[in-house]
Amino acid sequence: MSPTIFLTLAIIAVVSAMFVVFAKNPVHSVLALIVTFFSIAGLYLLMNAQFLFVVQIIVYAGAIMVLFLFVLMLLNLSADTEPQKSNRFRVIASASAGLLSLVFSAGMVIDATMGDRNVANIQEIGLVKHLGKVLFTDYLVPFEISSILFLAGMVGAVLLGKRTPKESKS
Amino acid sequence: MNVDTTYLIIKSLMVLTIFGITLLIATYLTYFERKVAAFLQDRLGPDRAGPFGILQPLADAGKMFFKEDFIPQNSAKSLFILGPGIAMFTALLTGSIIPWGPQITLFGETFDFQIADINVGILFIMGVVSIGVYGIMIGGWASNNKYSLFGAIRASSQMISYELAMGLSIIAIVMMSGSLSLKDIVAQQHGMNWNVFYQPLGFIIFLVSALAECNRAPFDLAECESELIGGYHTEYSSMKLGFFLFAEYINMFISCAIISSLYFGGYNYPFMDMITDPTVQGLIGTAVLFGKIFFFIFLFMWIRWTLPRFRYDQLMHLGWKMLIPLALANMLVTGAVILFNQ
Repeated sequence: MSPTIFLTLAIIAVVSAMFVVFAKNPVHSVLALIVTFFSIAGLYLLMNAQFLFVVQIIVYAGAIMVLFLFVLMLLNLSADTEPQKSNRFRVIASASAGLLSLVFSAGMVIDATMGDRNVANIQEIGLVKHLGKVLFTDYLVPFEISSILFLAGMVGAVLLGKRTPKESKS
Repeated sequence: MNVDTTYLIIKSLMVLTIFGITLLIATYLTYFERKVAAFLQDRLGPDRAGPFGILQPLADAGKMFFKEDFIPQNSAKSLFILGPGIAMFTALLTGSIIPWGPQITLFGETFDFQIADINVGILFIMGVVSIGVYGIMIGGWASNNKYSLFGAIRASSQMISYELAMGLSIIAIVMMSGSLSLKDIVAQQHGMNWNVFYQPLGFIIFLVSALAECNRAPFDLAECESELIGGYHTEYSSMKLGFFLFAEYINMFISCAIISSLYFGGYNYPFMDMITDPTVQGLIGTAVLFGKIFFFIFLFMWIRWTLPRFRYDQLMHLGWKMLIPLALANMLVTGAVILFNQ
């Protein structure tokens, strides 16, 4: 049963991800991306990672994509208002996508070579209880550092959103 | 295999029952809304269809079905149809994890009055709430109408803003009960040990956010008729409009059920231990839960027909500058108290 579900979800994820790139209308792309996120959330659930499943839906499908959709609906994009991308942008974009896939494959290789993991714990690692414990004991420093990163992001957003004093006078 | 089949049958029956009850209640909420409005405004309300007008919702539903189902020429047709469907789907989804009653034994079988006891129940609710915006956004955008788009954008930014305060007030509850499962949270409020006595501020924040999430007055700026005609469902007609309106009433019912479960003990009631028969105790519990839900529904309607609508900047001000800091302070105080009591 599980392989069938996995294959279905994986095919949906890949097909909708391709639709994101090929769709002419940006709103359709965003909707396809939401479908991709849902199928990925389903994959998390198959691995018994319930917390990741819910967070994937709340954060990615629920919050980030809503904001994307929001901006796109307000901007009213069409083919003639779209800025023409120069070749330099294309090269940079492909290079960064390639680097990202390099990071992912490196992670997979390292993951495969580690090997000494307690198999009994793996089934339950995705539950909130275990995840919380691990985050606040073994991985406290990375956790705190990423919190600071988020805080910096928030401060930056507030700063960008705030009007400069000159602007508010005029 | 045999056990699995009975389990599946019981669960499917329960899904159908809760689906049916939710729809029935949502149908009759339209009637109650009119009657409550009439009562508060010193009128009679609907009284033509059947005795006291109780057939009015059926007449309305019949009217909805027979109206022309119009799709605007320049709309995105598939999305236009998808919008109300998503709204309805997300509205109905949350009912599956609410514990409608304690576990009881009937005819030698134990029944859980809950479709699914999910380990991350509360987060699941937040997830469903956060995807609930899509129905409105997609419907409003696909209509290809300025007013619809404005309504959709207002609705979604309001829902995103109040979701935060709602989540923060829930965190205090989670810290107190130490569990994310709704079943555990309700079970811990046995008797009169309700969370509202420990979290009065959290309850108020949650109630206000729930009103805003349901797009109910005084937060119904998304469909404020003097500015936006009908808001995101301006272009909708027939049963598609019916779906949007219906989803709103279902949302109201479900959020009242969640408020009752989180803060008012769900199926628990004072002196429940004096009833020795667990089956009777459980059935009374379910009745009590529905009593609480109807009280909150009345409260929602009461608020709608007595308070004027906010201005949009007041709404955002209340959400971001009052409720969120209050909820954060509430969370901090709760955490500190729990830490000192350990």
